[in-house]
Order: sequence, then structure tokens, then C-alpha cells
Amino acid sequence: MTEGQPPEAPPEEVPAPEDTQYTPSIAARLAFAQRAGGVITPLLTAVFAFFVGGIVVLVTTGKNPLTTYRAIFDGTGLNWLFPWVSGAERTTAALNLQQTLLLTVPLILTGLAVAFAFRCGLFNIGGQGQYTVGAVSAVIAGAYVSTAHLPHVVLAIVVATLAGAAWAGIAGLLKATVGAHEVITTIMLNWIAFWTASWLFGIGGPLQVSGAGNESVPASETVKETAKLPVFWGDPFLQGLHIGFFVAIGALVVYWIILNRTTLGYGVRAVGFNPDAARYGGIPVARNYFLAMAISGGFAGLAGAMDVLGWEFRLDQTSIQASQIGFIGIAVALLGRNSAVGVFFSALLFGALLNGTSTTNLDPSIFRPELAQNLTLIIQGLVVLFVGADVLILYLWSLRRKVRRQARPADAA
Amino acid sequence: MADEPILELRSITKRFPGIVANDGIDFDLRRGEAHALLGENGAGKSTLMNVVFGLYQPDEGEIRVKGEPAAMKSPRDAINHGIGMVHQHFMLVPVMTIAENIALANAPTHAGVLLDMDAAEKRVAELSRTFHFALDPRARIENITVGQQQRVEILKALDRNADILILDEPTAVLTPQEARELFAILETLKREGISIIFISHKLNEVLEIADRISVLRRGKLIETVPREGATEAGLARMMVGREVLLRVEKAPPEPGETLLEIDGLNVRDDRGLPAVRDVSLTVRAGEIVGIAGVDGNGQTELIDALSGLRRSESGRIVLAGRDITNRDARYVLDAGYGHVPEDRQRRGLVLDFSLAENIALHDYAEPPDSRFGWLFPGRLIARARRLLQEFDVRGGGPRTRAAALSGGNQQKVVLAREIGRDPRVLLAAQPTRGLDVGAIEFVHRRLVEERDEGRAILLVSLELEEILSLADRILVIYEGRIVGEFGPDVSEEELGIAMTGGGRETEAA
Repeated sequence: MTEGQPPEAPPEEVPAPEDTQYTPSIAARLAFAQRAGGVITPLLTAVFAFFVGGIVVLVTTGKNPLTTYRAIFDGTGLNWLFPWVSGAERTTAALNLQQTLLLTVPLILTGLAVAFAFRCGLFNIGGQGQYTVGAVSAVIAGAYVSTAHLPHVVLAIVVATLAGAAWAGIAGLLKATVGAHEVITTIMLNWIAFWTASWLFGIGGPLQVSGAGNESVPASETVKETAKLPVFWGDPFLQGLHIGFFVAIGALVVYWIILNRTTLGYGVRAVGFNPDAARYGGIPVARNYFLAMAISGGFAGLAGAMDVLGWEFRLDQTSIQASQIGFIGIAVALLGRNSAVGVFFSALLFGALLNGTSTTNLDPSIFRPELAQNLTLIIQGLVVLFVGADVLILYLWSLRRKVRRQARPADAA
Repeated sequence: MADEPILELRSITKRFPGIVANDGIDFDLRRGEAHALLGENGAGKSTLMNVVFGLYQPDEGEIRVKGEPAAMKSPRDAINHGIGMVHQHFMLVPVMTIAENIALANAPTHAGVLLDMDAAEKRVAELSRTFHFALDPRARIENITVGQQQRVEILKALDRNADILILDEPTAVLTPQEARELFAILETLKREGISIIFISHKLNEVLEIADRISVLRRGKLIETVPREGATEAGLARMMVGREVLLRVEKAPPEPGETLLEIDGLNVRDDRGLPAVRDVSLTVRAGEIVGIAGVDGNGQTELIDALSGLRRSESGRIVLAGRDITNRDARYVLDAGYGHVPEDRQRRGLVLDFSLAENIALHDYAEPPDSRFGWLFPGRLIARARRLLQEFDVRGGGPRTRAAALSGGNQQKVVLAREIGRDPRVLLAAQPTRGLDVGAIEFVHRRLVEERDEGRAILLVSLELEEILSLADRILVIYEGRIVGEFGPDVSEEELGIAMTGGGRETEAA
């Protein structure tokens, strides 16, 4: 039926050749701007952020920002990738890089959590709460269940992921049924997770660590050996890199596959781009809101499991309350433009920044330690600011093109 | 005819990245004439007028007003040179009176400080009388008709002593009657020595109102011709660059079984007010039923209820033998429903999706597009490639983003998707809104072809001409009710009267 008669090609006069060249050139230009905007603006955003950060360094310490950045770079351990680094320097670099990647793992996952919701048009600001719920569930499953190694790890991961999914799912359900805005509900759920976890492991809390002498320690039990993730690079006693790194890489692949190769992802993206068209197309919008939030929370819950089973092994009140991993995930997703590859690189950037500026790594003669951590926050804040201003960056970009065009005015079509 | 041009454009060129929107255009406007600027969408009409009004700066060329070179750096310069522009979207404050709106632009004051409302009202009344506008200075904008609001916009320009008036597609928002009144007003303005530039892509009204007609195509001025001797076919050829079939040629309908039956349907609008009242209609296989009406008389709510996007209060809708009353969109689509939506950018397409993804919008979750939740992009692309070719979509392939296409090609994509699903009933809502002559011809021809294939087609349109040239039966909707049924040879006047509620008594009888 569909391929009935061939279309009556508008016969005789084929439209002038200018026609066929004219239209694709617009499409091609748009596609170019899209691609350029896709890779160039995040890069420029990061460069701008570092540039302004450098000015801050210069003004506050009077030191050459390049020296500071060099020191931060060495602190990240990324110099391990350079083949000419050898000897003791290489050993230190390896240790540093393990720590950087250890931070990158949960950042990839919380970044994916924010990114997935974004693709459905939702702003999941509750990654932190979902991360906490995931971490708490992983600790409980890791400390109170006894089984063999592999099933124990799998169980703890699955429980944490489902817990994160359920936590975000509450917000998704509220959005889908009564239209409550996810920004509000996820923020409120963050605080519920924050205080509940603080109470559970606090002094006198129901899940506080047991045993003599621990009465005044506001922390959880330590997970059993069978629930710990194996370390594949470095020394387990020096907090080497655990296999959660591959879980995070796998999550990036899963993220891409869900979005681009499944009907679920198609629906999520359709709703994210244009809910009206999706509804008209017969796509259940409310259901997609719920599912997108739940999957998003699953990623964040998984992040919590990776940290608990990979290197923290127990939770205490301070670490619960001080954790920023979920919030940094927002910057990761923004800078990574919600794409799998982008999230990987921006998570690596933020992981490196966090580790490179940590007080243990930085030589105080180069940079005052109390400013070091703030530099990370400054750059993080600038990234969020500049991402909001990417229209401006695209504008500057097009201005550059215009200037170039005027340089040779003869090329007008 | 001998007098010098009041406005003269000399080889105006305006470039945007990748496009030359105006390419060396010469144009002149004589005192007291109406000069129409005719062209398809994207031909450069609006760009040219925005250059004249100071909204864009030309890259090359010169503007002369009354023989003097004039630099239009901003709309203020243009206004000072006596140019007024009435945009498609009015810039009026709904809660204020006519006089207050006029005073917003150009306020008479006591001693330069206090607003002199009496003077403003007097001036409005005076202008209104001179040009036969029939406007009450104290009426609020929200309480007057769209046609009257347009007159307020014209008045605003005249109040600032404009003697050159630019009207950007002024009839797009008007009913036929209102358009007629507008033309009468334009005649009066011409007699008073006002010169008018009239932007349009409608051939009939250009021939009716303009003294001279300039045709633009792809940024170039093709020709300026006097009205005498110009024909619709000739102008269309100039606009499109090839012969265009203005009238749809179609055989008499051969209606078959009833495929769509609406019985006693009542639907409320978003504010909870009755929008569709007791509507009953049938559409049979092989016929096109047109619903004519002024915008906002319940068409949108009727379409939504039919499409499973809005619940109805009472009544029944049966589509190809299945009761689809208050079923969801998915169910309705599966029952054999195709729908070309009113607003293709908001509903019809996901602009950020590729064409292949857009074409899969209804069926992506079913084989062969997907199986067990796994999507097969290769199959999406293969089907899209076939349909894009069949529907002659230009400007991109299956992987092109929908936003990159022109309006006409976007509409072809929507048609390709809806017709490609082989629906029994096809609802076409405003299928040619904003399209140019070439694309309109394509859409109309395709709809007639689909009718002849045996589909039942319900056409909802605000364009009377479209209804008249396509529909086999015409229903008129007014305030949510079907107030009349006509054959295809009804006159435009008759329809126009029914559309504004005039024909109600006769129909009821």
C-alpha cells in the first residue's frame, strides 16, 4: 500500500541546479554547527574555566598559575601516561593515577545519572541522595549477609542499584502522576537520605558499629571481605584501583545502548526533546518520566556501591555529610553534554582535579593548601556557569567565522 | 504615474551565513499606490522589509526616501522617515484601551509630563473618522476582534505620521469578511495619499489590492509587473519558477462505507469550558470532508478528542468499526488513524530527531522497527529512505535532523509517516499552513490521491480556499457546533457568513 504508484515526479522542468545545492548547504552548515558545538564548546568551556582559575591563582598567591597547574597535573598522576616518566616518579604517578581513577568511577556513574534524566527532559538534582541510599544499601548488604565472594558482590551491587532506582523512582512517580516538579522532590529526597543515613549510623543509631569501644564512633559496620571488590591495579593496602572501574566503563556502554539501541531509549529521548510530539505519537509520557528517573537513580545508587565496596568499606556520619559526589555529577553531565564519551572525559577531568588539588598531593610551597580545594570548586562553578553560557560561546564562534568571511567577501554564493 | 517614487531601494543585498537573503534588489514605491511583494516563504520578502524598517542593515545598496538617501539604523530612523510597519503578530496591550495603546507609542502630554488622555482619545477618534476605521477609542483591545486590532496597529503607524505603510501578511489572521474590510480600508488610505507595501504569498488577494506586484524568488527580484494583465498562473510561475497547478484536479468522489462516525460529541477546553458541543458527523471511505471555521471555534478540541489526546464529556467516536471514545493515542493509532497535526513543529515532529527517527514515531516499539525492546536503526533508515523518496522530500536524508528542513519538506515528512502507515481515516489539520505554493500543490494532490485510494479524509482548515478546492462535503463549525453542511460548489460568501454564525437560523430550520 505504502509503495503504491511511484510519485509523479514533477516532470519536464527539473528545478534549477541552484536548488539542489542550496538546500543541502543549509543542512550541512547546521550539522556542522551542531557538531562543532558538540565538541568545541565543552572544550572551550573547560579552557575558559581554567583560564579564570589561573587568574584567581595569580591574584591570590602571586604565583605563576602555570606552575600551579603543572603541580596539580603531576598530582593527578596523569603523567603516568607519558612514556618518558620513569623510576620513582613513575611509581608515584601510578599511585596518584589510581586515586584519580578511584574518584572518576563514582563521578562517571553520578554523571550518567544526571545525564540520563536530562535526556528525558528531567533535571535530576538528587544524585547525591540516590548515591547515599545506594551506599547505605551496599553497606547493609555487604556487612550483614554472608555468602560466597562473587554472589555477595553481585548481591550488594544489585541491592544498591535498586535502592537508588527506587529512591529516584519516588520523584519520577510523583512527576508522572501529579506533576510534582522533579527538582523540588529530588532536593527534598536528598535531605531525607542525608538525615536518615546520618541517624542509622550515628551514635545510638540502629545500625551503628557494634563492639566494645565503638560506642562513641558514629559509623557503620565494615563490609565483609567477601563483599569487597578485587583490586586489579596497585596495592589493596594502599587503596589500589578496584574493578569498579570496569563497571563504570560498562555503565557508559549500557547508557549509550539504552539510549540509542532500545525502544525505551527512543521513548526517553522523544519525551526529552518534545513531550507534545511524543504524546501525539502514542508514547506514554508519564511512564517514561518514571522509568527515566528510576534508571537515573540506578546509576547513582551503583556509584554508592562502587565506593563502599571498592575502597570505603564502611560509612561514617562525616563522610555521608561531606560527600559531594552526586552534586559534582551535575557538572560532569553538563560539561559532558550528556553523551557517554563526554561524561567519561569530564568525569576524568573532575576526578583529576579533586585528586590533584587534594592537600596530600600539593606542595605547600607552590600553592597554599587551603586554596587548593577551593580551586576545584571555582573551576567546577565556572564550568556550570559557562555551560549555561554556551550560547554565548557559540555566538563568539560564529562571530569569528563572520570576521573570516569578511576577509574574503568574494566567496558569497 | 509620473510622480517620483516616495521610497526607492537600489540594489539592496543582505547576506546571512550561508544564504543571500536579498540579492541586489531594486524596488520603488510611488505615492498613493499599493505595491505587493509576492514570494514563497524564504524568498526574502520579510528580510527586505526589515531592511527598510531598520531592523536589519543591508550589506550593500541604498535606501532613498522622497528622493533623499536615508540610513535606517533602527526602527526609530524608519519611523522618523514616515515609515510604519504592521507585523503579523500585533504588539498591543490587551487590557488597555485603544487610545491608551496608541498613546504608548506616541503620547500627547500636558506640559511634557502628564499624559493627556483626552487629547489621545480625540486624536484616535479623528483618525478613525478620516480613514473610516470605525474604532471606539475607549474600547479595550481584549474585547475587539482581530480585524479591529489590526486597524489599531495601522492607526498606531498613522498617528506617528507615517505615509509609507508596510503590512506583513496582513490577511493571515483574518476571516474572509475581515479581509474584505481591510481591503476597503487600504483603498481609503491610498486615496488619502498613503503608500502601501503589502507582503503576501496569496495570489488572489495580491491581484485584488495591488497596483503593482514585485515577485521575489530565492532572494532575487524576478519582475515587477502592473496588476493589469497579471494572472494567477503567471504570478505563480514567477514565484515558483515552473508551472504550478493552482486548482486541484479531481474526479467526483466515490464514497464507500462509513469509516469515521462521531455522535453527539462534547468536549471541554483547557479552562473547562465547553468547546465542542454536540458534534455529530460521518466520513466515508473515498471522500474528503472539510471542516471550515474561524480559528478557536472548537477545532483544536475536536481534533484532540479524536486523536486520543483529550477526554470527551459525552458522545461516541467510532473509527473503522472500533469504538475509540476516550481511548489513548496508541489505541486510536492502532485502529487505523493517521493524523497530520495542526502544528507540525510542536506536535508533528521531534525537531532534534533525525528524519528516520521521526518517521518511526508511531511504530518504533513494534516489529520490524524493534523486537523485545531492541531497536534496529538500520531498518528505520531503510524505511525512511524509501518514504522520503516517495514523498519527494528534499534537503536531507534519513539521518538529517528534522529541524534542518524547510517547512514544506517537514510537512512532507509528516505526510510520509502518516500515509506510510496506511491509515483508514486520515485527519489533516491545517495541512498547508505556512507552506509555499509548490508545497501546497504537492500536499493537495497527495490528499486527493489518498482519497482515491479509499481513505476517509477529514480536513480541518482555516483557509477557505483550501476547503473549497479539496472537500467533497463541507461542514461549518461555529462556537463548537456544526452549524451548516454544504456541497463543494458553495460560494465563499455563503461559507463566510456561516462561519461567523450568520447561517444558523436557516440551518436550524
